[in-house]
Amino acid sequence: MGAAISIDYITHHYPKQEEPTLKDIQVTVAPGETVALIGQSGCGKSTLLHMLAGLLLPSEGCVRINGHQVIKPSPRWNMMFQKPSLYPWMTVRKNASLGLIFQGRKRDMRDRIDELLETVGLTEKAEVNVQSLSGGQQQRVALARSLATDPELLLLDEPFSALDAFTRVALQDEVTRLARERRISVVFVTHDIEEAVAMADRVLVMGSNPGTITAELHIDIAHPRDRNSQAFVDRKAELMGYFGATRAPAADKGGAEAEAPTSETESEQAESAATESRARVRAA
Amino acid sequence: MNREATLSADTATVERPMPVLRFADQARRALQYPALGIAGLFALWWWGGWAIANNEDTMAFASFAPGPTLTAFWDIVSSGAVWKPIESSLYRVGWGLGYAIAIGVPMGVMIGYFLTLKQVTHVPFQFLRMISPLAWMPIAVLAFATWDAAIIFLIAIAAVWPITYATAHGVQRIDPMWLKVGNNLGANPYHTLRYIVMPAIAQDVFAGIRLAVGVAWIVLVPAEYLGVTSGLGYAINDARDTLEYDKLAAFVLVIGIIGYMLDAICVRLIKRSSYHAEG
Ligand SMILES: Nc1ncnc2c1ncn2[C@@H]1O[C@H](COP(=O)(O)OP(=O)(O)OP(=O)(O)O)[C@@H](O)[C@H]1O
Ligand SMILES: [Mg+2]
Repeated sequence: MGAAISIDYITHHYPKQEEPTLKDIQVTVAPGETVALIGQSGCGKSTLLHMLAGLLLPSEGCVRINGHQVIKPSPRWNMMFQKPSLYPWMTVRKNASLGLIFQGRKRDMRDRIDELLETVGLTEKAEVNVQSLSGGQQQRVALARSLATDPELLLLDEPFSALDAFTRVALQDEVTRLARERRISVVFVTHDIEEAVAMADRVLVMGSNPGTITAELHIDIAHPRDRNSQAFVDRKAELMGYFGATRAPAADKGGAEAEAPTSETESEQAESAATESRARVRAA
Repeated sequence: MNREATLSADTATVERPMPVLRFADQARRALQYPALGIAGLFALWWWGGWAIANNEDTMAFASFAPGPTLTAFWDIVSSGAVWKPIESSLYRVGWGLGYAIAIGVPMGVMIGYFLTLKQVTHVPFQFLRMISPLAWMPIAVLAFATWDAAIIFLIAIAAVWPITYATAHGVQRIDPMWLKVGNNLGANPYHTLRYIVMPAIAQDVFAGIRLAVGVAWIVLVPAEYLGVTSGLGYAINDARDTLEYDKLAAFVLVIGIIGYMLDAICVRLIKRSSYHAEG
């Protein structure tokens, strides 16, 4: 069911920007795989995600999903944002049904939505206006809305970053479970290292100016993942090292970042780390 | 346990009668100030009537006072004479507003959506907007075959601006994310309009219509002073010609009451079309 994605040498230049925002990005995602994108603010993660969604076209290169070039948005690949962006004049059910209404799939819509709202734990709230829900519940509605059209690919742009820690963990696990059950491919952007390790099969680290993929880390811990296990903690520490590597040297101070390689030497240092793990580093 | 028991006992004895009390209290408070305002207006009117009656120069107009006016008001209502002019006037205002909405809403959507269009139309529209609709009267009379059509044109040209600009304002306030999400969910332009844009701007459109109703109702009366032989404006002019000042004042009263009612309807529509949660 999950979509196979190939990002073929994307370069993107926003009008009026001197430097390209993204340069020669080349990534493939296997059907059903979950990939995390991390990197410092402004490195072009959202830009890349918008291109996957067909909401933005790259200036060079293209995105292919199941072999077809992505040229416009489609309910088969659905994007979720930091804000739930629900329609405040509608009930929970109406919001969740919208994709089906737009596609004219109104037959058995009620049952499908009932089932979906049960999956995200909002059965009781079905006929309630979305404005009366908490932030976490609203993001659940957005999740249900995204899942209603049976997407092959979910694109998540920091979807849980505005939520409290408990809700965030619950939703991370929920999305992971649903995506695995339905074999949906997932590409998500996060600033939260733990979130990346908890959800992803593979983490891509992005560097900026111009945005490129600087490192890649496989996370082969079985699901459901125990966040206190040694393997989990190790992966987090490892990732922290790469994440530090993408920062400007001036910003590096103390803690885990102290050991982080500076940008000049990032590839050699990252390479030495790779001997210990399955991380592969692309020549920068 | 104990604490809970006391709490629920309290609720039973103290809380239960409260809603009733609170309702009466609220009703009293809600009515008290409007009642004061109405009383003030009547006092002023009565005082004005008294002053007119006691001045030799203006004595002839003494029937503007509340007493004669209310009697005349009762006469035109009970004889049914009031309904025909109301009907004619509402017919004209209705059509004028109808045209204003049919033109103003799409125009506002376009202006709100395309920044260029907003810039292109700014000067000409502000220019046209500042011309009193009554200035168009001679042209309207020449351009339209019937008086009715001319008056409807004048009302429409006055009412179209508030509707256009309120709609444009509403469109500009649409969260771009709503459109992005809609796009992603596979909305076609019709879906976007029907499920996203219209509900998002409904409140602003009705706020514009409320302003437009006010303008239309004001323009109507002077427009009906000319040519036509029906409507509230004509009724006032007619009463003046026959020196029935009490009847004239009664029609002024009618205009005020209907205007107030039209405005109240608009306020309700604005409330109902708002998607903001109560409170
Ligand atoms: N519409 C736009 N026009 C011009 N430049 C843009 C536009 N959108 C983004 N940019 C620029 O492109 C760069 C990447 O932006 P993007 O939003 O993709 O970063 P990001 O990695 O998602 O950052 P964050 O982690 O803060 O969300 C930034 O420097 C930004 O200023
Ligand atoms: Mg972003």
